[in-house]
Amino acid sequence: MNVLTEVAVEKKLNPMTKESNIKMRGKDVTVHYGEKQALFAVNLDIPERQVTALIGPSGCGKSTFLRCLNRMNDTIDSARVGGNITLDGEDIYDPKIDVVELRARVGMVFQKPNPFPKSIYENVAYGPRIHGLTRNKAELDEVVESSLKKAALWSEVKDRLQESGTGLSGGQQQRLCIARAIAVSPEVILMDEPCSALDPIATAKVEELIDELRANYTIIIVTHSMQQAARVSQRTAMFHLGYLVEEGATDKMFTNPDDKRTQDYITGRFG
Amino acid sequence: MTAVTFPAVVINWGSDEMAARRKRRYAADRRLQIYGMIAIAFALGFLAILIGTLTFTGYRAFTQSVVTFELDLSKAEIDRSDVMGADWRGIVRGALREKVPELPRSSERAYFAMFTSSAQFLVRDQVIRNPALLDGVARFSVPLSDPLDQLAKGQVDRDTPESQRRVTDRQIEFYEQLSAAGAISKPFNWGLFFNSDSRFPELAGLAGAISGSFWALLVCFLISFPIGIAAAIYLEEFAPKNRFTDLIEININNLAAVPSVVFGLLGLAVFLGWFGLPRSVPLVGGMVLALMTLPTIIIVTRASLTSVPSSIREAALGIGASKTEAIFHHILPLSMPTIMTGTIIGLAQALGETAPLLLIGMNAFITSPPAGVLEASTALPTQIYIWADSPERGFVARTSAAILVLLGFLILMNAIAIFLRQRFERRW
Amino acid sequence: MAAYLFGFLALAAIVVSLLGISRARRVRTSQAEKVHSRPIYHGLNAAIWTGVPAFVFLILWLTGQNAIVDMIVMGSYPGADALSGAQRSLVLSEIRQVANGNNFREPSPQILAAVAHLQSLEMLARWAMVALVAALVTVGAFFGLKVIESRYRARHSVERSITIFMLFSSLVAILTTLGIVGSLVYEAAQFFARVPLTEFLFGLRWEPQIALRADQVAGQGAFGAIPVFFGTFVISALAMLVAVPTGILSAIYLTEYSGARFRAVVKPLLEILAGIPTVVYGFFAVLTVAPAVRSLGLTIGVEAAPNSALAAGAVMGVMLIPFISSLSDDAFAAVPRAMRDGSYALGSTKGETIRKVLLPAALPGIVGGVLLALSRAIGETMIVVMAAGLIAKMTLNPFDAVTTVTVQIVTLLIGDSEFDNPKTLAAFALGLMLFIITLGLNLIALRTVRKYREKY
Repeated sequence: MNVLTEVAVEKKLNPMTKESNIKMRGKDVTVHYGEKQALFAVNLDIPERQVTALIGPSGCGKSTFLRCLNRMNDTIDSARVGGNITLDGEDIYDPKIDVVELRARVGMVFQKPNPFPKSIYENVAYGPRIHGLTRNKAELDEVVESSLKKAALWSEVKDRLQESGTGLSGGQQQRLCIARAIAVSPEVILMDEPCSALDPIATAKVEELIDELRANYTIIIVTHSMQQAARVSQRTAMFHLGYLVEEGATDKMFTNPDDKRTQDYITGRFG
Repeated sequence: MTAVTFPAVVINWGSDEMAARRKRRYAADRRLQIYGMIAIAFALGFLAILIGTLTFTGYRAFTQSVVTFELDLSKAEIDRSDVMGADWRGIVRGALREKVPELPRSSERAYFAMFTSSAQFLVRDQVIRNPALLDGVARFSVPLSDPLDQLAKGQVDRDTPESQRRVTDRQIEFYEQLSAAGAISKPFNWGLFFNSDSRFPELAGLAGAISGSFWALLVCFLISFPIGIAAAIYLEEFAPKNRFTDLIEININNLAAVPSVVFGLLGLAVFLGWFGLPRSVPLVGGMVLALMTLPTIIIVTRASLTSVPSSIREAALGIGASKTEAIFHHILPLSMPTIMTGTIIGLAQALGETAPLLLIGMNAFITSPPAGVLEASTALPTQIYIWADSPERGFVARTSAAILVLLGFLILMNAIAIFLRQRFERRW
Repeated sequence: MAAYLFGFLALAAIVVSLLGISRARRVRTSQAEKVHSRPIYHGLNAAIWTGVPAFVFLILWLTGQNAIVDMIVMGSYPGADALSGAQRSLVLSEIRQVANGNNFREPSPQILAAVAHLQSLEMLARWAMVALVAALVTVGAFFGLKVIESRYRARHSVERSITIFMLFSSLVAILTTLGIVGSLVYEAAQFFARVPLTEFLFGLRWEPQIALRADQVAGQGAFGAIPVFFGTFVISALAMLVAVPTGILSAIYLTEYSGARFRAVVKPLLEILAGIPTVVYGFFAVLTVAPAVRSLGLTIGVEAAPNSALAAGAVMGVMLIPFISSLSDDAFAAVPRAMRDGSYALGSTKGETIRKVLLPAALPGIVGGVLLALSRAIGETMIVVMAAGLIAKMTLNPFDAVTTVTVQIVTLLIGDSEFDNPKTLAAFALGLMLFIITLGLNLIALRTVRKYREKY
């Protein structure tokens, strides 16, 4: 059987015109870190092939929620997650669900670029290798090349694939991390403040990339920057003190929010 | 940048092939975990076997088989003015002979070989310490000789041919006779702690080694503690940052990793050879150990000095204390618990050091405890080495017992260090 | 005698400091002017003046006295100029022996005269020492007390003395290294004056005991150190074979797999292995491991020596486990959490994260730790002295007996301290090589570890 199955993209070429499918859904999600409750009964739907931005002041629970979506909270001993999160209707906290498979389907890009101390090629090839997505070197080369192309990094690194990934500039490192995530063909990509460690030019490149990636992937991005949320996302969810305050289409959120706290946050009265 | 559109790639995660692959990956994960458990089990198992073996072979040496006999010294021919010069050999043998009424002359040698060859001296010294014993009947106990001690402790297989064991059939008969008469007992072996070394296992004890180690550690402490602290304060607080102080720092780190035997060579060549200090004395041992402990104390002291927040120093300087006063009145007292903890751990290491002490001759055969730092002596670890090298069976148990005593001291010192750390150490 | 003098010095310093304190108090009450330093500093200053010069003098005197007395005694010994260095020291040691009352044979009249000379000199030296110490104490105390007046900056003076003491203390480390290098080089140079350096470095036969006979001192290949270093290598390699995998795997388990409570119990237990004195390991190797190796050899049909390299190496390996384990532990802990997160987020299992991300990232730190452990294995003495062989043999068979550098050093020096014997001097040559090798390994290891720390 062929592991890699290519299918034509016909269904959702333009997600803005049609009502999107719900890719992920959080229902009454709560998180405790030890005694402290970090998230209170969050209900949020993530539409497919759109960019959803999670905004809110520091410590509001947006990153915590994000880390629930690929069960990264499992790696923290004291964390307990309650409620129910589904991916394509399947409960991802079901014991039958394999966390390794889940994380391959729901990729993640972190706040600080964290390339492995290996070559650029090895960084991207790591995921396909461990999951056994390719059968030979030629296929792997192809995956690496296409991932780097999708991450808009290929032209910059194609001549030095064997150099260390840690030697790239910050913006390149972050795009390398995105390429690394793309290489395992995830359905959803989680981005935890992906631009906070980057300069404005690198930020612009990554934002542009996010906009392109949305054609193929469902993206959830945590961001501190209102402008960034407005620029890249179609939907926005506002968190405050562990509660989901408001969510909706980005246009509406930034022009006519329902909640006073959202309005105050967007206009810079706290944050 | 031109927008490139790619066809979406969908991976069939549910396929049998992927499921099998995941199974293999989890198996590899579990294997690594099991290897780790095996490694830990190996290390801890070794530790358990080590402690178990030493305890098993060593516990016997904490008792000593003795024969008890009565002696009426008022009837013996003893010149009160010269107790020392009396025929103690004859007196003690006479008393022992009475235990076996029909002792044929041909068996006398075998019979008396059953008891420690120093029996007469033990009785004599006891009488000299307590002259009142001369006036009547008194009970004396003397150790059995090593082979008989082994027999009493069940370490001799009576089924082996007589020629292959160190106890003759005749001696076993005598032993049974004495034992039936209730003359043999196995009290706690105080001699292990209060006797010094001896060629005879039944008399050998650790008094000399323990006091030798004590004196050496005392010298080690008196040298390394003040010099270590002073050096650390200088390097941390006063020294200019230049190549010379860098050199000192590298030096200290390297000294900590120089093999201990090299320190022994230093002691032999410099302290004994050039300074002409005497061999085998705790003073030289302590000096060598001090040089080895110094890096530990310096490193610990520096770490604890830096951990004191600078606000305390600034507070002291702010009310007009000199830099020296700020350090000696405030920073050093606050660091003291940590320094003491580190020092005790360093001294515990020094207590276990053997090789440098061997080279400066602290493996001599010395039968009385040293009265000071300039008298030849052994130390606990070198005593262990000497006994481990001795062929007599009885020394195997005694070596293990000596090791248990040494480990006991080490546990005690580490316990004190842990207590100090938990009770007094500050977390900033 | 010297002990009493040290006691006297301490007592005098305490008394003078008390005198100084009371004198400073009187000055403070009698004068209107503000006193610069508190009385305690005046007291300490006076005590330093009283004790320190005399103390330093006493130490110097004690270290120098023997050499000078010997020189004077030999200066008047008839025919001393004609004697060679070795003969001189022989005569000297006989004089000293006789003076201590141990005459093994009837001393010659010259010796007896020299003994009388020595004893009178020593008596003279003893009283001269007492007199000079007393004089220094008196002068010091007088000066220390005399300077006490309101404007005298006693605190500065005390602090300067403390700083000088601290500077001296930090030089002790340097002096120790110089002492090690100096003594090793000096004695080794004497050895190489008798045995050519090339012989030592490239010779394939090590039979130092033969050199006891006068006609076979050197030049017969008896001091070729290659087999000794070969044996050291074999035993160290066996030790590393045990210690490296066990140490790294247990560190992996403790940092990545085990729960906090398991770790809190097991880690200190592992550290106990590092705290057990090596003489204990040596005894255990002889008592338990060597017989076990022998019976293992019998079951696989190999005749094992009673002091096989395997027994010594395996026990040494166990000793090094906690060392490698804790350094690997540090190396794993130093890998940033982001690396782990990045790997887990791609869907790797714990095992894959460890093998493919953590291990390569921590490798420099682990390598540094392994090098430090190797240097310990090479320098380890007691285990091999007790459990390894004495005969230098070039064999890779772990069931055979080999000898090591440290074993040779100890056996060559135990019970024999004549310094002009190639056998004893050979130990210093070996010691010099050992020092150079371990120093080199340590420097490389520390550099590797430091470079690696800078990276994160």
